[in-house]
Amino acid sequence: MGAYLAKRLGYYAVLLLAAVCLSYLLASLALDPRAYFAGRQPPISPAAVDHHLTVIGVNDHRPLLDRFWHWAGRAAHGDLGRTIDDTSVNAEFGRRLGVSLRLLLIGTLLGTALGVLAGAWTAVRQYRLSDRLVTLASFALLSTPVFLLAVLLKTGAIWFNNTTGTDLIQFTGEQSPGLTGGFGTVLKDRAVHLLLPTISIALFAIAGYSRYQRSTMLDVLGSDYLRTARAKGLRRRSALLRHGLRTALIPMSTYFSYGFLALFTGATFTETIFGWHGMGEWFISSINKNDVNSVVAVNVFAAVVVLLSGFLADLLHAALDPRVRHA
Amino acid sequence: MGGEDPVLRVRDLRVAFGGVDAVRGVHLELRRGEVLGLVGESGSGKSTIALAVLGLLPDSATVSGSVRLDGVELRGAGDAALSRLRGNRIAMVFQDPLSAFTPVHRIGDQIAETIRAHRDISRRAARERAVELLDLVGIPEPRARAAAFPHEFSGGMRQRAMIAMAVANEPDVLLADEPTTALDVTIQAQVLDVLRTAQRATGAAMLLVSHDLGVIAGTADRVAVMYAGRIVETAPVHELFAAPRMPYTLGLIGAVPRLDGGTGTGMLVPIPGAPPAPGALPSGCSFAPRCPLADDVCRAAEPPLRKLADDHLVACRKAEELQGAAPADVFPVPEVPRTPAGPDDRPEVLRVTGLVKTFPLLKGVAFKRRVGSVYAVDGIDLRVRCGETLALVGESGSGKTTALFEVLGLSAPEGGSIEVLGQDVAGLTRQQAAALRGRTQIVFQDPMASLDPRMTVAGIIAEPLLARGVARAEAARRVPELLRQVGLEPGHADRFPHEFSGGQRQRIGIARALSVRPDLVVLDEPVSALDVSVQAGVLNLLRRLKAELGLAYLFVSHDLSVVRNIADRVSVVYLGRTVEAGAVREVFERPLHPYTQALLSAVPLPDPGVERRRARVLLAGDPPSPTQRHTGCRFRARCPLHAELAEADRERCVREVPQPVPHADDHVAACHFARPRAVLTAEA
Ligand SMILES: Nc1ncnc2c1ncn2[C@@H]1O[C@H](COP(=O)(O)OP(=O)(O)OP(=O)(O)O)[C@@H](O)[C@H]1O
Ligand code: SF4
Ligand code: SF4
Ligand SMILES: [Mg+2]
Repeated sequence: MGAYLAKRLGYYAVLLLAAVCLSYLLASLALDPRAYFAGRQPPISPAAVDHHLTVIGVNDHRPLLDRFWHWAGRAAHGDLGRTIDDTSVNAEFGRRLGVSLRLLLIGTLLGTALGVLAGAWTAVRQYRLSDRLVTLASFALLSTPVFLLAVLLKTGAIWFNNTTGTDLIQFTGEQSPGLTGGFGTVLKDRAVHLLLPTISIALFAIAGYSRYQRSTMLDVLGSDYLRTARAKGLRRRSALLRHGLRTALIPMSTYFSYGFLALFTGATFTETIFGWHGMGEWFISSINKNDVNSVVAVNVFAAVVVLLSGFLADLLHAALDPRVRHA
Repeated sequence: MGGEDPVLRVRDLRVAFGGVDAVRGVHLELRRGEVLGLVGESGSGKSTIALAVLGLLPDSATVSGSVRLDGVELRGAGDAALSRLRGNRIAMVFQDPLSAFTPVHRIGDQIAETIRAHRDISRRAARERAVELLDLVGIPEPRARAAAFPHEFSGGMRQRAMIAMAVANEPDVLLADEPTTALDVTIQAQVLDVLRTAQRATGAAMLLVSHDLGVIAGTADRVAVMYAGRIVETAPVHELFAAPRMPYTLGLIGAVPRLDGGTGTGMLVPIPGAPPAPGALPSGCSFAPRCPLADDVCRAAEPPLRKLADDHLVACRKAEELQGAAPADVFPVPEVPRTPAGPDDRPEVLRVTGLVKTFPLLKGVAFKRRVGSVYAVDGIDLRVRCGETLALVGESGSGKTTALFEVLGLSAPEGGSIEVLGQDVAGLTRQQAAALRGRTQIVFQDPMASLDPRMTVAGIIAEPLLARGVARAEAARRVPELLRQVGLEPGHADRFPHEFSGGQRQRIGIARALSVRPDLVVLDEPVSALDVSVQAGVLNLLRRLKAELGLAYLFVSHDLSVVRNIADRVSVVYLGRTVEAGAVREVFERPLHPYTQALLSAVPLPDPGVERRRARVLLAGDPPSPTQRHTGCRFRARCPLHAELAEADRERCVREVPQPVPHADDHVAACHFARPRAVLTAEA
């Protein structure tokens, strides 16, 4: 078991390395940092631009591999380089990491748990009204673009605030600017800001996972071993809980790792719409600025998140399924 | 026994799925301590009855009638009340032991759970009891094995564990639904033994559902025969087999091939047609369309199940006329010449010597590495002469199919040699290989999976011809003739495979193989997916075609009764190696190798008189993994003869690989201490 997980971990480390190298090479080829300085008022002399680009290590007059080795050498020591505005990528990374994780973690954990529950519940109630309603709602959600959902949520929040005459729900930024107060006040303020973006992320997770979970649960409901459990004298509920749910979760662990990637992509929009200064927003703005090092940094983040969730999915899989542990 | 109240009494049970009747008015009585065998073909409603008794039919089923346990009505009882009975007073052994256990819980825990569902005992005491139960059903090292997960058990061990679970609470009624169908015959013999022991130890009454008349003959006290959702005959086991009084029962008995060769010409008595689809029952007697005795009165009303004699009920209007009738008196037996064994100098169409095929055993996620080998075929010898049928017999995993594909591949084998029609395949040019390929054809096990569902029958049959460059018009001209040859309507040529029954589809597969006029036809388990009454027709067809067209067959099967019926010669393989070969009659009546003896003695005979008094050679354990390399005799660990040998002789089995040695005219065996032992007949 330990050996199995260690092997998976090693495998992920190799994948991570490959992903990071590729993303550096791709970003360097696709982005043109010179364009960022073109057409400035007052104009910047080509020599000055050249010098600036050399300093931050993205001067395309140097051979690509040279630049890559230079960057990789520093990255190996934990330094992700300079942004195109010559500030530290690491500092920016640190600032945005907490913001994104807070959003992603709460949203996905909540969404996954609720999605699994909704899926299992609807499977047990197959073709009843509640099943049909949840199915309808899920498909409606899955076919709604993120920004449309965000706008709808915002409209709902405005309506709520207006009717209750408060400004309870906040939907811009991650905290109220210039807020002072004790720890409790800050925490409450953050929570209020978290509400809408978290709901929007969670809703997508619920919609997606509930579909998968419903189908794996339906397979389990028709399985021979559930019938055996009933033939032993277990009531339907305990047969489902003890023999059905755990087996139905096994195939889900694979979906979890893939699903996380989709959620991360979705979160990019969510952050931008709700004015959160997280990784997703950084990604979009650094592409606009042709900022190679920042783009690579976001890619590193995405790769780590995806591979980490893959590893967690492996852990979960091994915990749920003895057949993996003993293989 | 007759006067006692039955433990389980089923009255007028009816089950319908979405308006389609699956069970139509079934009456059953199960008496204390008795085994009632329930036989019938696939879809006749056997499993549905068992599930209805447990109250575990899906919601889509509509059920009516009465099920009484010790006089207490179960139909209409709430789920809470039924749950208290299930697993406690009525327990079930399901057919497929792999899927019947929850994969993520330990075997011991699953058994303990059954106990704790009904008894107020500690988890620990329940686990202890589970270990005792595993010991009772003959699981070696029960304490350690109780901690294993289902996938770590072999099929036979899982079914033993299933039995342990079923008898855990000493139930009054055991329902066993095809408990051995998925198992190899030597494992089946072990499991039936355990099932009988467990049933006797607990004194439970058992309903044994099976489609295998041999299993029923050896285990049941009384038998109920089902057809199209009804019971058509019940009688004590000896009476049912000796004096059946319903044409369907007679037909079933006549249709089963017998390991001991049976009597007469060896031609089976097929029941014409196929069982009706549940939604499309004929009017009147549901067997009428297939019954040669049917008249207008039969077709007018369904005959009720009535008492013929004490304890003998039958649902046929003409039961009185059938006193003393044999299957062949009721059903027409096709006239097929049994091809004489023929002179030994007929040309050989296939000679395989010392065939070897290993597969690499791979491991790893991204980068596979070889960690060992699977010795799938490790010394198989085959010899088929023109106009002759050679059966290749062995249990699952013994390498039969791998050997077939090696033969059909027509390329140089990894070890040994293959000669097809006198040509060594090692040195073939492309043209020669293509020519040979046309002269060897294959018929597969699963008739549905091997026919393209989007092609018409005519297209399927003509395909091999077109592939060999025959003109379209010429191919089309051959199709009706081929259909007639395999007993199908030439007018059905433009239908699609799904419009045919299983037996008819297998006939289409045979017609396709015959289209190019092959010399050798390779048949991979061609009848194992078919019901007996249909299987008989296909076996007869194969024999007729062989006689008419002078074909040679290489017939792969795990069913020794079928082999006895169809083959001239037989080659028995164990773990990829031929252990005994020779003329069928010789090998079956004077088996030399202890494995052949065990195999033959494990096949149940559909004759309760003989079956209950036969010598048994029970094998211990499961076949070892084919990834192991063996020194000496590979059968040693399970060999009953080896265990009886003197120390010095045993040494020889350990050191020396036994080579095939001729013992009689056309009879070789690979055992150092081969000696004949009759296992088919009853012991004196
Ligand atoms: N859940 C179900 N839904 C619809 N039809 C069903 C269901 N279960 C069984 N049937 C139908 O009921 C009939 C009887 O089925 P059943 O499984 O009892 O037959 P059986 O005698 O056990 O066959 P086998 O030998 O193949 O196990 C069949 O026509 C089958 O298709
Ligand atoms: S009732 Fe008639 S049709 Fe039915 S089995 Fe008897 S003889 Fe045949
Ligand atoms: S050689 Fe020895 S171990 Fe092998 S079958 Fe013969 S007696 Fe048994
Ligand atoms: Mg069944």
